[in-house]
Amino acid sequence: MSHPIQAAEFLQDQAKSKWHDETLWFVRDKRDKISKSVPEWENLRDLASQIKDNVLANLGSYLEEFEKNAKANNIHVHWAKDSEEHNRIVLGILKEKRCKAIVKSKSILTEECHLNPYLEKNGIEVVDTDLGERIVQFLNQAPSHIVLPAIHLKKRDISEIFHEKLHTEKGNEDPDYLTHAARIHLREKFLSAKVAITGVNFGVAETGEFVVCTNEGNADMGVHLADVHIACMGIEKIIPKRAHLGVFLRLLARSATGQSVTNYTSHFRSPSPGKEIHIVLVDNGRTAQLARPKFKNSLKCIRCGACMNTCPIYRRSGGFSYESTVPGPIGSILSPGIDLQKHSSLPFASTLCGSCTDVCPVKINIHEQLYEWRQEITKAQPDRAKSLAMKIANGVFAVPFAYNLSGNMMRGALKILPDSITYSGLNTWGKQRDLPELPKESFKDWYKKNRK
Amino acid sequence: MSSRDLILSKIKAVPLAAKKLPIIPEFEFEGDLKARFIASIQANKGEVISKADLLGLLASGVFEKVYSRIEDFSSFTNIRITEDAHQLNDLNLAIIRGQFGVAENGAIWLEDQDMGLRALPFITEHLVIVLDSANLVGNMHQAYDMIGLQESGFGLFLAGPSKTADIEQSLVIGAHGAKSLRVVFM
Repeated sequence: MSHPIQAAEFLQDQAKSKWHDETLWFVRDKRDKISKSVPEWENLRDLASQIKDNVLANLGSYLEEFEKNAKANNIHVHWAKDSEEHNRIVLGILKEKRCKAIVKSKSILTEECHLNPYLEKNGIEVVDTDLGERIVQFLNQAPSHIVLPAIHLKKRDISEIFHEKLHTEKGNEDPDYLTHAARIHLREKFLSAKVAITGVNFGVAETGEFVVCTNEGNADMGVHLADVHIACMGIEKIIPKRAHLGVFLRLLARSATGQSVTNYTSHFRSPSPGKEIHIVLVDNGRTAQLARPKFKNSLKCIRCGACMNTCPIYRRSGGFSYESTVPGPIGSILSPGIDLQKHSSLPFASTLCGSCTDVCPVKINIHEQLYEWRQEITKAQPDRAKSLAMKIANGVFAVPFAYNLSGNMMRGALKILPDSITYSGLNTWGKQRDLPELPKESFKDWYKKNRK
Repeated sequence: MSSRDLILSKIKAVPLAAKKLPIIPEFEFEGDLKARFIASIQANKGEVISKADLLGLLASGVFEKVYSRIEDFSSFTNIRITEDAHQLNDLNLAIIRGQFGVAENGAIWLEDQDMGLRALPFITEHLVIVLDSANLVGNMHQAYDMIGLQESGFGLFLAGPSKTADIEQSLVIGAHGAKSLRVVFM
């Protein structure tokens, strides 16, 4: 289904969609305030963007450097060309360890690879431990936002599912109460898991270490209690030096949620005695994106979600309307590279206002890439551009007489047409908005009168 | 061809112009380090208390099971630490030393030797970190200068208690890890 159809569904519940819109704008506002408290904010964005330029220009050698250093630190390094291989590698480790239940902290990459259903099919219990992710997992949903996985849900929904799954009091919607119930439930899971899976925020080539950021501490609760830690990392997450963490960590949490840093920033360099760390380096379309000059900059993304929080379309259509693991503006430039056919409506889910580009901490030219994808898509799918309305418009604009006549006719018609026709499904511009009041005369008529 | 070689060869096949790494300038921190650090910790929902306050809390008996890695409070330690972190599940309070703090965000740097068991600062119900107020830096660049390439199997910036806002963006303290963070300057 295309984005507009999904978005219309999201907007059915007006109160909820309004809350969604306002809440994400509030997060955007927090990001603005805290970014202004850092005098060198714009320098940091430039630096981060330049570091990532250097990473993309030397990706191969940084990955080899990372591998060499990680191995020297007793980390097992695996390479996966695609999602299937990634999933196979993870399952292989679990089988070797005879592990039947794992805990997992937030990892957008494992969502992208559909690891959970794959492991479950193979008889492994997967417990997502980030609170928001656990909630959506209970509901058999995917996260609707990369930083705020359950932002599409109200506490009433969460109270209901917790009552069903965790036997909390019916109707108790208190966030403290519900979080505490999840704490008790997940503590048990942490204590019993032999293998823990995490994502990776940054991999450092110079040291072979990797960094994971959380506020809940769930990644650390999992890995420090388990015998084996499997970290899944997209190859673009590499950065050259440890000192570069200073730049990225100053930007990440401030851009994501408007806080100065996440409460836990964990640097994994070598396993504790008697334990194991595995890292899976995943391509899954990233090298193909690197080979697209217009779109390779999308690989700079550090997954802060700021572009979603600011996007007027995302806020009013919800994460699920994108039907892609990474929704919002950045998802709309990443996903067409993975499956152009499936995601062809996404680059059009934008006003091209440029707000995403303005807030991006690594200065990805998101709105320009959205525009470029539109060009690619109309080339690949000529039917798309030739809707009836566009064909008529093409004829009308080409002939001055037709243009003048149709303008007069429309101004006349809109005055007398009943709303049921003006706001019928045929007029896309009449959906969710009122048309502006009509001028009495055309600009051309006004000009003739006043500028003789 | 192995997937490793396949991925590396695909990268090599992409013609990419050279891009130099930028030099990170010295970003100075302006303002009072300690005052800013305290404000940052509070913003992260932690608090800064005095040694006397901590001694009072310990003496009051609100924490049943206590483990201190700092000598000043070791008389309050009443559990035996084994190699297995699972044994710490019912620990009520851990007291550890932080290496240094970062004023701009309240982050405190810890390494293996400071934690003993890596799970300690997470699994404990409440956490106290003792910090020398001479060991404060302004920002994260200065922090990584301090750390240098120093090797620890695990390094952690800890900036507050475990928290979440995943239910309707309402902030709740104590998601999975420590329900409180108290910092004591000594």
